[in-house]
Amino acid sequence: MKNKKWGMIALGLVIFLIGITFPFWYGRGKSIAPVLLSLDTPAIAQLKEKRCVEDTAFMRANHMKLLNAWRDEVVREGKREYTAKDGRRFEKSLTGTCIQCHSNKEQFCDRCHNYVGAKPTCFDCHVIPGEVKK
Amino acid sequence: MLEKALKGSRGYWIWIIFLLVMMTIGVLFYLHQLDYGLGVTGMSRDVSWGLYIAQFTFLVGVAASAVMLVLPYYLHDYKAFGKITVLGEFLAVAAVIMCILFVFVDLGQPSRVMNVLLHPQPTSILFWDMIVLSGYLLINIITGWMILSCNRREVPPPGWIKPLIYLSIPWAISIHTVTAFIYAGLPGRSFWLTAIMAPRFLASAFASGPALLILFCLILKRYGRFDAGDRAIQALSKIVVYALAASIFFVLMELFTAFYSQIPEQTRHFQYLFAGLDDHHNLVPWMWTSAVLAFAALTMLIIPSIRRREEWLAIACVFVFVSLWIEKGLGLVVTGFIPSPLETVTEYFPTGAEIAITAGVWAIGFLILTLLYKIFISVYSETGSDDNRPVANGK
Amino acid sequence: MTTNRREFLKIAGASALTLVTPSLLSPLWARETVRIPGQDFTPVKALMAKRWAMVIDASKCPPDCTDCITACHTVHNVPDFGNPKDEVKWIWTEPFAAVFPDENHPYREQGLQKMRLPVLCNHCENPPCVRVCPTKATFRRPDGIVMMDYHRCIGCRLCMAACPYGARSMNFRDPRPFITKINPDFPTRTKGVVEKCNFCAERLAQGKLPACVLACRQNAILFGDLNDSTSDIRKLIGKRFNLRRKAHLGTAPQIYYIL
Repeated sequence: MKNKKWGMIALGLVIFLIGITFPFWYGRGKSIAPVLLSLDTPAIAQLKEKRCVEDTAFMRANHMKLLNAWRDEVVREGKREYTAKDGRRFEKSLTGTCIQCHSNKEQFCDRCHNYVGAKPTCFDCHVIPGEVKK
Repeated sequence: MLEKALKGSRGYWIWIIFLLVMMTIGVLFYLHQLDYGLGVTGMSRDVSWGLYIAQFTFLVGVAASAVMLVLPYYLHDYKAFGKITVLGEFLAVAAVIMCILFVFVDLGQPSRVMNVLLHPQPTSILFWDMIVLSGYLLINIITGWMILSCNRREVPPPGWIKPLIYLSIPWAISIHTVTAFIYAGLPGRSFWLTAIMAPRFLASAFASGPALLILFCLILKRYGRFDAGDRAIQALSKIVVYALAASIFFVLMELFTAFYSQIPEQTRHFQYLFAGLDDHHNLVPWMWTSAVLAFAALTMLIIPSIRRREEWLAIACVFVFVSLWIEKGLGLVVTGFIPSPLETVTEYFPTGAEIAITAGVWAIGFLILTLLYKIFISVYSETGSDDNRPVANGK
Repeated sequence: MTTNRREFLKIAGASALTLVTPSLLSPLWARETVRIPGQDFTPVKALMAKRWAMVIDASKCPPDCTDCITACHTVHNVPDFGNPKDEVKWIWTEPFAAVFPDENHPYREQGLQKMRLPVLCNHCENPPCVRVCPTKATFRRPDGIVMMDYHRCIGCRLCMAACPYGARSMNFRDPRPFITKINPDFPTRTKGVVEKCNFCAERLAQGKLPACVLACRQNAILFGDLNDSTSDIRKLIGKRFNLRRKAHLGTAPQIYYIL
């Protein structure tokens, strides 16, 4: 191969390597504050036992799957009652159950979602009662 | 072989850059549509399908027309088409990609498009359309590319190509029949509820597709130093004229059924198209233009002395293409909604954004086509004459 | 009529009893869904049927009345875009000639010709929209309601083309800014999905009748189970002559019009 071609190839390889490792070296040394979720809502304050539908670890990992399952079961099968692992019963509803307690979407839902870069489209349709009354 | 598309004359690059600019403008307008919603188009509650679906319907026909080259050559050994079956297959590839893109830009929630495969509904014709279009795209990419690269290396194509090519023949018929079924099975739209919807689609497809192919062959002859051969072009033009005659005949049959039976449900749509309805006559000039062009093209193509003159042939083919584009696009899709099920007439005007996005998708199609044809021409000029071109059926 | 204290107390006591009686007779029905989750959830008795249907006695509709429309569109966050192009409507009125084009002729009584009838999704027994939906986003429930799953709809609008009644609307724009007063108990929709009347399935699940039925002050709209031979709706359509829209198409619509 000719010499000048090696130069271009090497340059291309270097640019490629810099690009592909971007997520690893960009932001090195910067510290990002850990996400603090606020549970300070009127409804949660009123609860005797501060318990969600399921325990925190489960919800953190699975709330999206749970909501997906709920939406199909409610809309498509008409089954609106959810029995939690500990036997408590809830209505399967984002606005009617989850948001009733977690009415502070910006200090709760959005904080984690913004941190991980998730953009769930739920709230395009599902109404946040607090926002509506403004 | 892709590197062959990267070498070209100044004219070639100016064309490519023009297409890229059109594409970019289309993409920018599409981003606006994603943000605002489909309300940027002229579609309304009454006329819920417009320019995008009209283009999709027309281009499925153009894609299906590759069969008009494949069938004579591979089933009946019509050697004159030997050089240009690859051109037909590449045209099918570009047309199907445009179809898929037009459906995509027409969706209200395009990010959910995989729901069609995740939650299939076999009773829905749109589901089957997605399947047959994807299959047809795959068949044509594989066969076109394979045949071309075998020609380049001057080896016979592999044995599995033949059954695949044979498969593409009924498959081509099926893609357009399935598209016609989208319309022909809807009980509420009397304009579309006709048994000859699929035959009409096929007839206009086999007229408009080969007409476009003839134009491309003439362009390639002038600018690409590729001569498809007089026999091939004349044979194609005869296919066009008979398909056009059938297409015109079918429309006249529709007119007879509607106007002789005098059923208002049937006549009102045609009245809107050709005379206007309740002071609405948006489409009347378009339809009459389409009719005049169709008959002019039919005359020109029937008379052999005119058909054999390349300039007149080119003009006739343009007439055919434009006439059928109007008739199938605007005349068929939009008119199905006028008058509405509640007897009101809501007219449809495409908006600027809609036209820009449409032009952008056409630019993408032409870009793909240009690149593929450039590769074809380069291979052709490389291998020289086509006398030792191996043929897939082993002869 | 004069009454003394004793009589008054008797009547008051008897009235108070009636308030308690329902919860004595059927405890499940009396309790409602608790609003703050985390406490005991007790399900409401939903209204169930084998075949929901509706009878509209259009002769009872006063001219220019829009009670049913206002109720439905308010409860369900139906937007008002202000122009017919983007219009979204679940229930609206149309002139007689548009609703029953085959039944109209110039010598019909004036009252009928001038009448505006409420039209909505017919929740057909054999719905073409369900047949054509590529993602099953619109589907027929076993109780007859043709439902929309807004999560799954891709906005292809094949259902709009298939519906012979023009009952469906597409959200060509984001509807939120165009909803006068958002009802927090029901979601809005987003741009790019098709919507239509859902026979108030969410209200039926809570034991309530559809909003339009309750809003009509003339009681022109009746709702019930056609499969139940003792239901009011079944008796009514067995007794009074009624029409359905475009019945010849084989869709088996379930809105019956008494004229």
